[in-house]
Amino acid sequence: MGRVSLRFVLGRVLAALPVLAGVVVLTFVLMRLLPADPAAFYATGPAMGPAEVEALRRQLGLDRTVAEQLLIYLRDLGTGNLGRSMVTGQPVTEDLALRLPASVELTIAGFLLALLVALPLGILAATRPDSAIDHLTRVIATTGVSMPTFVTGLVLIFVFYFLLGWAPDPTSRYDLFLPQSPRLTGFLTLDTLVDGNWEQFGAVAARLVLPAATMALFAIAPLARMTRASMLAALQGDFVRTARALGLSPAKVLLTYALRNALIPVVTMMGMVLSYMLGANVLVEKVFAWPGIGSYALDALVASDYAPVQGFVLVVAAIFVVLNLVVDLVYAAVDPRVGLG
Amino acid sequence: MTAAAPLLRVRDLTLEFVTRGGTVRALDAVGLAVAEGETVGVVGESGSGKSVMALAVMGLLDRAGRITAGGVEYRGRRIEALPERELRRLRGPEIAMVFQNPRTALNPIRPVGRQLVDVIRAHRALGRRAAEAEAVAMLRAVRITDPEARMGAYPFELSGGMCQRVMIALALACAPRLVIADEPTTGLDVTTQAVIMDLVAGLAAERAMAALFITHDLALAAEHCHRIVVMHAGQVVETATPGRLFAAPAHPYTRQLARSTPGEATTVATLETVPGNLPDLTDPCLPACRYAARCPLVAPRCLTERPPRTEPWPGHAVFCWNPA
Repeated sequence: MGRVSLRFVLGRVLAALPVLAGVVVLTFVLMRLLPADPAAFYATGPAMGPAEVEALRRQLGLDRTVAEQLLIYLRDLGTGNLGRSMVTGQPVTEDLALRLPASVELTIAGFLLALLVALPLGILAATRPDSAIDHLTRVIATTGVSMPTFVTGLVLIFVFYFLLGWAPDPTSRYDLFLPQSPRLTGFLTLDTLVDGNWEQFGAVAARLVLPAATMALFAIAPLARMTRASMLAALQGDFVRTARALGLSPAKVLLTYALRNALIPVVTMMGMVLSYMLGANVLVEKVFAWPGIGSYALDALVASDYAPVQGFVLVVAAIFVVLNLVVDLVYAAVDPRVGLG
Repeated sequence: MTAAAPLLRVRDLTLEFVTRGGTVRALDAVGLAVAEGETVGVVGESGSGKSVMALAVMGLLDRAGRITAGGVEYRGRRIEALPERELRRLRGPEIAMVFQNPRTALNPIRPVGRQLVDVIRAHRALGRRAAEAEAVAMLRAVRITDPEARMGAYPFELSGGMCQRVMIALALACAPRLVIADEPTTGLDVTTQAVIMDLVAGLAAERAMAALFITHDLALAAEHCHRIVVMHAGQVVETATPGRLFAAPAHPYTRQLARSTPGEATTVATLETVPGNLPDLTDPCLPACRYAARCPLVAPRCLTERPPRTEPWPGHAVFCWNPA
């Protein structure tokens, strides 16, 4: 595993900078192309006339050309300033830092849940092609991708909260009536665990289940299908036949020989799915009133609040870049044939 | 070699594969025997059913394969009747197999030493250290230089010949009584081929192992085997010692095969090919002798009646209506 060099990592990060710059400029210009006037939107006071709106517009810098505005934005960006949200009144960096852990926690929970279901399903389907389990996997996968996440989310809430009453109300990340743990990481599961606050941990975990399941449902499809396909290929591989011919145990053949080889393409798929989930959680967060960066960005978009949307896109793009790098590193760790020099 | 009960006996083995393109009748009443310590060569063109027979002996046929008659007996036990658990105990310590294409036959992402340890520990109650020592000894036995250093190598870091040596080490790691080598030299250069064949034959003799060599190369088989079984399109056509087979081939196919094998008396100019192609094994109306369509001596009953077994010489058997 000494194949990964610092040079490689640095090179990849540097290569990502133009991409990030492009994303920033594009979002910036796109936002300005929207037929909305933030000044008019926020000038809601009854005494506000065209003069007041014009004054507000000047105050927000919206009277300048887009190019000028962009230069100002980029200059601020250089100092780590993402601007200020007009809805919350807070600096966007603070807002995002406050909400990012909630989104990441939800995405990771959903991703792990998806893996937990998709990998065994894919393996089982591959070992028994055309069996009931294979068809079940296909049905779950097809349903998962064809249902929009907000629909699955609403269905899950309707069934498990409204009808069955198993799930806690989907309005918060924690139980408001239990003592809160001090914020360390912002990941409530971790914070409550560190604090030893078991009751609140249970409440937090219970509130995580439905939104995570909603996210997982649509991630299961690509992961399970990919696992099945590459597992089928691996099981037909010569080296698996060799392992069988040498009398290795079925578990060893399946897990150590077939699965490890089959996972190599699945790792690539995992990276893509995880990136995609980060973007997709915008709607899931909205449905579950989850205080993450997705719902924050969506609110900002509706309110023509430019800075938070730009900040959100930049953060997500940066996470994409990091994730892709991680996928390459994991790839190199799993496959000795891949050298990263 | 004839009096003792054979180690392996394939008796009238008939099997077919059900595929989308029809039922492939891959083997038709194939019979052969391997005695303890004996080296038997199975020779035939690609598609003659050699490898399928080997897989049937290992109990490794895939799901589409179905034995419809006959069977395989190993030391008196019927392989096809054994449960998977029992089969697993046979594979490795009793019967082991060396596959063709060593590069793909080894796990590409596991160091070769680990693969050896896996096999050793699957069959013997050895600790990690002891198994590793054993693995190093096996690598040394197949003449790999600096075996300790090679333990951590991945197959892609080794040459084709090296990979085949590792494959042989894997097969012999549990000291099997019978080793089946399926085209062990395919994909290797000619010099390496000879080295590998000598290595397998040498190790088999040294350890008193029986060996079943599967090859399309008659000369190669003649050089290393006590006895040769010639197969054509899923049927055994002739079996004899290499000397007999070259001196007095009785089956028209064997004669043709001998003429298309390079030897001392042949040059590329005089080298012949076997005319015609293997018959389509999905054809429901295959002739009784599957060589009939290519045979210069074909007679009407070759198409309808199974050729009888005759022995032109003790230990030399031929299945033909018009043997020489």
